[in-house]
Amino acid sequence: MPGRIQSIERAAAILRLMAGGARGLSLAEISRSLDLPKGTTLGILRTLQHVGFVEQDEATGQYQLGGGVLRLGTRYLDGNELRTRALNWADSLAARSGESVRIGTLHEERVLVVHHVFRPDDSRQTLEVGTLLPLHASALGKTLMAFDPLALAEESEFERPELPGYTERTITSRTALTAELESVRANGWAAELEELVEGEVAIAAPIRDRRGTAVGAIGLSGAVERLCDDRGLRMDQVSYVRDAARSISRELGAHPW
Amino acid sequence: MTTQYVAAIDQGTTSSRCIIFDYDGRIVSVGQREHRQIFPQPGWVEHDASEIWDNVQLVVEEALDQGSITRDQLAAVGITNQRETTLVWDRETGEPVHNAIVWQDTRTNELIHELAGTAGQERFRERCGLPLATYFSGPKLRWLLEEVPGLRERAERGEVLFGTMDTWLIWKLTGRHVTDVTNASRTMLMNLRTLDWDSSILEDMGIPADVLPEIASSAEVYGEATGFLAGVPVASALGDQHAALVGQTCFDPGEVKGTYGTGTFLVLNTGTTPVMSSNGLLTTLGYKIGDQPAVYALEGSIAVTGSLVQWIRDNLGLISSAPEIETLARTVEDNGGCYIVPAFSGLFAPHWRSDARGVMTGLTGYVTKGHIARAVLEATAWQTREVVDAMRQDSGDDLATLKVDGGMTADNLLMQILADVLDIGVVRPMVAETTCLGAAYAAGLAVGFWPDLETLRAKWHKAAEWSPAMDPQIRSREYHNWQKAVQRTLGWIERDTA
Ligand SMILES: Nc1ncnc2c1ncn2[C@@H]1O[C@H](COP(=O)(O)OP(=O)(O)OP(=O)(O)O)[C@@H](O)[C@H]1O
Repeated sequence: MPGRIQSIERAAAILRLMAGGARGLSLAEISRSLDLPKGTTLGILRTLQHVGFVEQDEATGQYQLGGGVLRLGTRYLDGNELRTRALNWADSLAARSGESVRIGTLHEERVLVVHHVFRPDDSRQTLEVGTLLPLHASALGKTLMAFDPLALAEESEFERPELPGYTERTITSRTALTAELESVRANGWAAELEELVEGEVAIAAPIRDRRGTAVGAIGLSGAVERLCDDRGLRMDQVSYVRDAARSISRELGAHPW
Repeated sequence: MTTQYVAAIDQGTTSSRCIIFDYDGRIVSVGQREHRQIFPQPGWVEHDASEIWDNVQLVVEEALDQGSITRDQLAAVGITNQRETTLVWDRETGEPVHNAIVWQDTRTNELIHELAGTAGQERFRERCGLPLATYFSGPKLRWLLEEVPGLRERAERGEVLFGTMDTWLIWKLTGRHVTDVTNASRTMLMNLRTLDWDSSILEDMGIPADVLPEIASSAEVYGEATGFLAGVPVASALGDQHAALVGQTCFDPGEVKGTYGTGTFLVLNTGTTPVMSSNGLLTTLGYKIGDQPAVYALEGSIAVTGSLVQWIRDNLGLISSAPEIETLARTVEDNGGCYIVPAFSGLFAPHWRSDARGVMTGLTGYVTKGHIARAVLEATAWQTREVVDAMRQDSGDDLATLKVDGGMTADNLLMQILADVLDIGVVRPMVAETTCLGAAYAAGLAVGFWPDLETLRAKWHKAAEWSPAMDPQIRSREYHNWQKAVQRTLGWIERDTA
C-alpha cells in the first residue's frame, strides 16, 4: 500500500477546522490550532484557495470554506432540470427585453447552452441548445467564471498566458481578464461587448441554488444598436437580466438578497 | 392614467392561480395555492369548494401585491377552470351542499351504463357532441340529486344551484348564476347547435332546468365584482383547454394546440360549424367571443403522458426528477427496439378500449434504462400522432404545425421527437402559460382592453421551433412497430368489471 500523503492530511485537517467554526479564521489561528508552521499553513491555504475550496475575506484577511466545497456535496444540477425550472422566467425575459435568451452551465472549460428562447420578432431562428461558447469571450462564460466555484478550479488547469481572440475586442490577456472578473463580481453581472461576434452584445447574471452557489447563468444577446445607447449599455436591459436571474434562483430555493 | 392590466384566475385541479398580464400579454405577477384532494373512496375525488374560493381570493391578492398593482388598475378579470368538476350550492346561504365532484371521479360509472341502456354510449352524442362517460358534469349532477338526501326536492323547489367551477366563482364574485358555452359543452346537457340546455337530454337524465345557470358567451361582462375585487368587471370564462386554444391564438380553422402536462389535450379549431367525429374524438366548443358566432373544436385527449414520466420516477425510480428523463434518454441513440404503451386505465382517443392495459414490449438483453427513457418520450409522441391522424380524417384539414404548451414542453428531446413522428413543425410560444393568457385575452376583448383577435394574434411569438428531421422510412417502420405494440395492449382485461 502506498504511504499516506502528509500535505493532503493537513489540508483535510484545515478544511475540517473551518467547517467547525462559525466565523472565518486567521492564518495565526489555523496554524496554532493544528500546530503547523505558518509558512506550511499558508502554502496549503493558498492551494485550497486556488481550487476554490477556501476563500479569504478581503477586509479581514480571514479564511473560510469556499463555494467549491459546497458544490462537492450537492448533486450536479442537471441542465434539463435547470431548463424546466427556468422556462417561464426565460420566456418573460425574452418578452420584456425583445432579445433572445440563453441559459448556460459550465462544461469542460466552456459554456454549454442548455436553454434558448428566440428573439420575439418572428424572424427565422434555430434552436441553439447544446452549443458551446468560450468562457472568456461570452457574458455567460464570464458570469460563470466569476461566480461558479467550479469554474475557478477548471479554469486553472489551462493557465495559458494568452487566450484565443474572436474579434478585436476579445479579452485575451489574463491580467485583463482577472480585472474584468473582479468587476463582474463587484457588479453582480457581466457584459460582452462585441467580444465574440462583431456587432453583438450580451448581458448575463448568475443563477444560484438554495445554498447560494452559482450553478448557471442566464443572459440575453442582440445587436449593439439595440442594446447600447450613447451612454453605453442600456441599464434597463441589465436590470431585466438580473430580475430573471433572481427569479430563477428563488425558484431553485435561493434566498432573496 | 395609471397602467392597466388584466387578471386571469386559473382554477385548476391541483391548485388555483392568478396571473396578471400587461397590454403586451406579458406576465407581470403570479399567485398560486394548492388545495386538498379528497378521496372518500377508491375512484372518488372531491374538492372543498369553500377552500377553493378562499384560495382564489388569496392568490388574486398575492398577485396584486407581488406586482404592486391595485384593483382599480385591473381592466377586467377572466376565469379559466378545471372542466366538468361539479358543484351544487344553496341559493340563499351560498353554502355548498356537498364537496365538488372532480372530473376524474368515477363514481358515475354505473349510472353511465344505466343511462346508456340499449341505446349505448353514443346515445346523446348527436346533440351534445360527447359520448356517455364518467368525466362529464351531467351524470355527476344526477348522482348528487339522487344521493344527497333531500336534494332533488330542494332542486325542484329552486333552492339550490348547479355549476362548474367557473359558475361557482362568477357567482361568488358577482352574484350572477351564469356559465359560458365551453364549460356548458362539457356537461352533456347543452345542445351543440342551439347553445342552450337540451330539454330532451335534461328529461332523459332527470335534471330540473331550474338548477342550471344561464349560458353566456366566453367573453362578455357577466357583472362587476363585489367584495375584494369590487368594481372590476368579470369578463370571461373558458374551460382550461378552450382557454389554451385562445391563448395560443388558434383563431383559424385548422389550427391545433397541444397542452402537454400530466395528460395531454389536443384541440383543433374547426370553425363555426360542429364537426362530428367518426374517429372517437369529442366535438366541443372552441370559444365564443361576445355576439360573434361560436367557434367549434375537435378534442382528443391522452390520459397518460407526463404521468408516465412520473411513474418512471416514482414507481421505478429510474430518475429522481421528471426533467432527468431527457438526460437519461440522451444517453442512447434510439429506443433499442423497446416500446411502451401506457394504457394504465385503458386506451382513450382514438381507440376507446377500456379492456386495454399497458405494455412494455420488444425487450431484449440489449435494452437499457436509456432505451426505456426514450420509449417513454416516444409514447407521448406516438399517442399524439394517433390523435392528429384522427383529426386530419375528421376535419379534412392537413394541420401544418402543432402549437404546444404545458410542463413537458421544457423537454427539448421530446419536442424534437414529436416533430419527427408527426412530420410537421412543432412550435412553443413565448408565454407558456397559455391557459391563463387565453382567459385574460377573452376578458380583455370583452372590455375593449384589446380591440380584436388580430391584435392578439400579433402578440403570439415563437419561443422555440422544432422541425422534422426523421428519415421517412424510419418513421413508417417506427409507426408500424408502435401500432403492433398497441395491438398487444388490447383485450388484457377479459371481463369488464364495471
Ligand atoms: N423536462 C420534462 N420532461 C418530461 N416530462 C416533464 C418534464 N418536466 C415536467 N414533466 C412532466 O410534466 C408534467 C407537469 O406538467 P404541468 O405542470 O403542465 O402539469 P399539469 O397537468 O398542468 O399539472 P397541474 O394540473 O398540477 O398544473 C408532469 O407529469 C411531469 O412528469
